[in-house]
Amino acid sequence: MEELLNWFTIHQQMIYIVILSIFLGIEVIGRVPSVLHTPLMSGANAIHGVVIIGAIIVMGKAESDNYLALILGFLAVILGTLNVVGGFVVTDRMLEMFKKKK
Amino acid sequence: MEINILTICYLIGSVTFIIGLKMLSHPETARKGNLIAAAGMAIAIFGTIFLYQENGLKLSNYAWIFAGLFIGTVAGTMAARKVKMTAMPEMVSLFNGMGGACAALISVVEFGHINHSGEPAGNITLLIIFAGLIIGAVSFAGSMVAWAKLNGRIKDYSFNGQHIVNLVILAFIILASAYYIFSTPVGLGYIFYAVLALSLIYGLFFVLPIGGADMPVVISLLNSFTGVAAACGGFLYDNPVMLTGGILVGSAGTILTILMCKAMNRPLSNVLIGSFGVNQKSGSSSFSDQGNIKEISINDTAVVMSYAKKVIIVPGYGLAVAQAQHVCHELEKVLSEKGVEVSYAIHPVAGRMPGHMNVLLAEADVDYAKLQEMEQANEQFPSTDVVLILGANDVVNPAAKSDPSSPIYGMPVLDVELAKLVVVNKRSMKPGYAGIENALFFDPKTSMLFGDAKDVLQKLVAEIKSV
Repeated sequence: MEELLNWFTIHQQMIYIVILSIFLGIEVIGRVPSVLHTPLMSGANAIHGVVIIGAIIVMGKAESDNYLALILGFLAVILGTLNVVGGFVVTDRMLEMFKKKK
Repeated sequence: MEINILTICYLIGSVTFIIGLKMLSHPETARKGNLIAAAGMAIAIFGTIFLYQENGLKLSNYAWIFAGLFIGTVAGTMAARKVKMTAMPEMVSLFNGMGGACAALISVVEFGHINHSGEPAGNITLLIIFAGLIIGAVSFAGSMVAWAKLNGRIKDYSFNGQHIVNLVILAFIILASAYYIFSTPVGLGYIFYAVLALSLIYGLFFVLPIGGADMPVVISLLNSFTGVAAACGGFLYDNPVMLTGGILVGSAGTILTILMCKAMNRPLSNVLIGSFGVNQKSGSSSFSDQGNIKEISINDTAVVMSYAKKVIIVPGYGLAVAQAQHVCHELEKVLSEKGVEVSYAIHPVAGRMPGHMNVLLAEADVDYAKLQEMEQANEQFPSTDVVLILGANDVVNPAAKSDPSSPIYGMPVLDVELAKLVVVNKRSMKPGYAGIENALFFDPKTSMLFGDAKDVLQKLVAEIKSV
């Protein structure tokens, strides 16, 4: 229990970020027209690709003789990049089509 | 100094995600919003590579990092560029799965560190590692199933008592994790890998029985799962940009999921637990002696459409599969030249994802103003002469209004049967994606026009031109 309370105090900024982000997410999506649901889902999908940063940190910290960590980290970097790059490119392709109509 | 610059990079990243999401929710600014979020992501990624340090140590293994980034970028760009607009939903599901797998792998590596170092890790750190592992693995396995389902590689599958099996697996996952986190036993690291395996199995079983029509909801839900998994990484590394991005997507994805469920008028629990496959058998048998269907030829369709005052086209996934959106737009133009008033009625969940039809028709240059949402369209049907249904099925099924035993009962549908004549284009009499019979096809006002949507539309356009 003590540890949990300590952890809350140490990480209070992060907890504030979490709470405010939850409301922000609800607020931002709340009034979206259904036309944009698919691109929005795809865009959000690209944004959670931010997990790639964790993969980069894992990779960069791995000792150069710890092959298991290196290989898993390497895989994580590839998968994360796929998520980010693929996500943004797919979203852009969808939205490109909306732009043309006058 | 460098660490301060990194802080600013992360700040920029977080702000661009928020602005990007905000702009993505307006049609005029959507594309720019996506690019802004992408730019912020690039800043955050390169900031991490060059500026990140832990206990004064910078990152190493640059060759590996850049090789991974390069492979991912090339493969991701190619896959995203090559995919057809119709296959977009499964692409999103696939990328989502990659993100989930990435989050799970991070947990695996971090756990390996803790397990080898022998230093006792804090309970909370372990909790975060387990949470990232479980959510990431469920999201990965679930997304892969959703992907395979959408492109037809696997069918719905459920067995008796599956929900109970699922609950038991989930209980095992939670109990095993809780045991490990709170007692931190030495030498029992295999519990972690057992939890990983169980999470993958759970993800598999979780999505397998869910019926086709509910797939958009599932993808959106898994999308928000991956967001939360990414946020776990944010806690693990005290990384604000991962936290903001992850939680934003987690909450936005949840709201989007709820909006989709609302569009189908079904509570989320119903989507997840009540799979279509189970109750469908009782529903379909009652339709077997429904009466005869009436077929209509292309010539006749061309004539009735040419002389109609008002035509409404109802596109569905069949149109997408046939890649017929361009011909469909041509049909609309030909009819408009003849003075027919043409519009499109878009059900919120037509296609495989909400808004899927809008994207497809926008690709074919269809005027935005001609797309009517369900409520508008339903007011128009009574004064409409011909409704042309192109590969849509469940979204025009009157059973949703009249038959309480139907699995889609309560879902708002397009009231096409109010129009004077309904022409349904389908490839065959097979039931729709949700596997439910449609009484509309047996309605005396309805005529069936069998064939591939693209093929039929091309002939129809030629025929109308010659009328």
